[in-house]
Amino acid sequence: AALKDGLRSQVSAALKEGRVTPTELCQRCLALIRSTKFLNAYITVAEETALKQAEESEERYKRGQPLGILDGIPIAVKDNFNTAGIETTCASNMLKGYISPYNATVVQKLLDHGAVLLGKTNLDEFAMGSGSTDGVFGPVRNPWSYSKQYKEKSVPKPCSEDEESDWVITGGSSGGSAAAVSSFTCFAALGSDTGGSTRNPAAHCGVVGLKPTYGLISRHGLIPLVNSMDVPGILTRCVDDAAVLLGSLAGHDPKDSTTIQDDFKPFELPNLTDISKLSIGIPKEYHAPGLSSEILALWSKAADLFKMAGAKVVEVSLPHTRYSIVCYHVLCTAEVASNMARFDGLEYGHRSDMKDSTESMYAATRREGFNDVVRGRILSGNYFLLKQNYEKYFVKAQKVRRLIANDFVKVFRSGVDILLTPTTLSDAAPYTEFIQEDNRTRSAQDDILTQAANMAGLPAINVPTALSERGLPVGLQFIGRSFQEKQLLTVAKWFEKQVQFPVIQLEEVKRHDNGVFQHQKSASFS
Amino acid sequence: QNVSVEVLDHLEHLALVDFRDSEGVERLQKAIQFADQLHEVNTDGVEPMDSVLEDRCLYLREDDVTEGNCTKELLENAREKVEEYFVAPPGNIPLPKLEERDTFLQGS
Repeated sequence: AALKDGLRSQVSAALKEGRVTPTELCQRCLALIRSTKFLNAYITVAEETALKQAEESEERYKRGQPLGILDGIPIAVKDNFNTAGIETTCASNMLKGYISPYNATVVQKLLDHGAVLLGKTNLDEFAMGSGSTDGVFGPVRNPWSYSKQYKEKSVPKPCSEDEESDWVITGGSSGGSAAAVSSFTCFAALGSDTGGSTRNPAAHCGVVGLKPTYGLISRHGLIPLVNSMDVPGILTRCVDDAAVLLGSLAGHDPKDSTTIQDDFKPFELPNLTDISKLSIGIPKEYHAPGLSSEILALWSKAADLFKMAGAKVVEVSLPHTRYSIVCYHVLCTAEVASNMARFDGLEYGHRSDMKDSTESMYAATRREGFNDVVRGRILSGNYFLLKQNYEKYFVKAQKVRRLIANDFVKVFRSGVDILLTPTTLSDAAPYTEFIQEDNRTRSAQDDILTQAANMAGLPAINVPTALSERGLPVGLQFIGRSFQEKQLLTVAKWFEKQVQFPVIQLEEVKRHDNGVFQHQKSASFS
Repeated sequence: QNVSVEVLDHLEHLALVDFRDSEGVERLQKAIQFADQLHEVNTDGVEPMDSVLEDRCLYLREDDVTEGNCTKELLENAREKVEEYFVAPPGNIPLPKLEERDTFLQGS
């Protein structure tokens, strides 16, 4: 089976017919992980356990009793999900060496379906950031930096040393997961999405990034950032695969009281031929300041595509869009202040050697364990929660949240089925440029188009659309009604078919440093 | 408009996290400035929203014990323990006052 094949349509059949075995798949993925180590997409590679899982899967296929489509499929998990027996760090010194005693519900579900857990992927520390550049294990590199498509378009540098400095970021915070999927090291990866953390890197890395409706997928075991907005995210190479993953993950979890109790039925996506009954909304406020003219043009082209295929395409208004980021900033820091309070060194994670008193030990532990970004958000959050500020900031933000959520309700009530918007303001920035601005500024800029869906709890998906002039992926976002993932994914799948986004052509990469990395051969992906 | 040293000190106590340097304090100032934009929005008569699932009932379950007995696993990740206890340094000792603490704010 080709690593770029769809799960339901091709890989599953190949496994069932024995044309490829789970151990072969696993080994190929592990080899690819090794040869793409320079991407820094993985924090932990669980080679032994993965091979064991693959062997067990192989036994099941031999007996003719696979657990389902995901049986034997290599997947990766963002390092803020608990994985039993495997280190879970959240890319922070605070949790270095922390071995989870349990599996997050979504991880357990994947394992119960026979998936093979290859490892934990890199992220911004505690999922705070939009570049996957601020974790303690270093930044993640966008695989497209090493693609033929990007290299063809870049201005050749005079000095060969500089070849290494113009790599672009993956976006974040689930950058490791996006890079892992984009570079074929796994078929799917779990991310998390609080302000766009799955959709943003998906757009920059040219993969499908699904943010499900809040309450559809369990957060049990996902180390929380903002309890009222976090959701596990799904990253895959095609929309069909996202539906497969969704099918195995969604549903009520008694261990997460914020999951809804409605029955969830996994679905297959139909191949839409007639979209004349579909109404697509184009929110004018998403023509945000800073939106690149390239992406604006693509967005327009996409709207025309729907129009010409017979759908109703209307301009709509979500008037409070521009306050979404400010609102998020307050609510997020407030919840972070609360959620990070559990890290005190006593029961798990880093513990300082300071022994004078409990409080001073806590303070020293947190001083040593958290980076600037995390500490900054904790302090801001505490500020907004002070008695004298509570009404003015926190409650005020909660009121604005309702206004934002109501904007969506009004638009969907007016007959619009799906909203079409850009996912990011531009294609991926070079790392050296990205780090010129601080984390908060960057997040505020980059989350603008994705954040409101988290405010309102709505499902949203990034579909890779085209390559930019620099040869980098650009995606568009579809936002759907609450719990209408089937409709959302069906439309996304139709769109994906229309745009035929190109496959990444990963180039040979020469490394000049210490001979640590060998001359990489361009992997043949078939 | 600047946040007073008293409030900064208070925040360090509440959060048990330090500002570390002037950049940290700047960061807070900028964050507050940014958040002030909220006041441009008219929210008269609008109720605060806690959760997008507010229209649904929180479910209840039977009060039966379904899990536990995982003392060993839970103790494994702790650095200091004695038998089945997590060990903490002495409590009831407040953090030193601003003048006595080793904090960036001392110079302010």
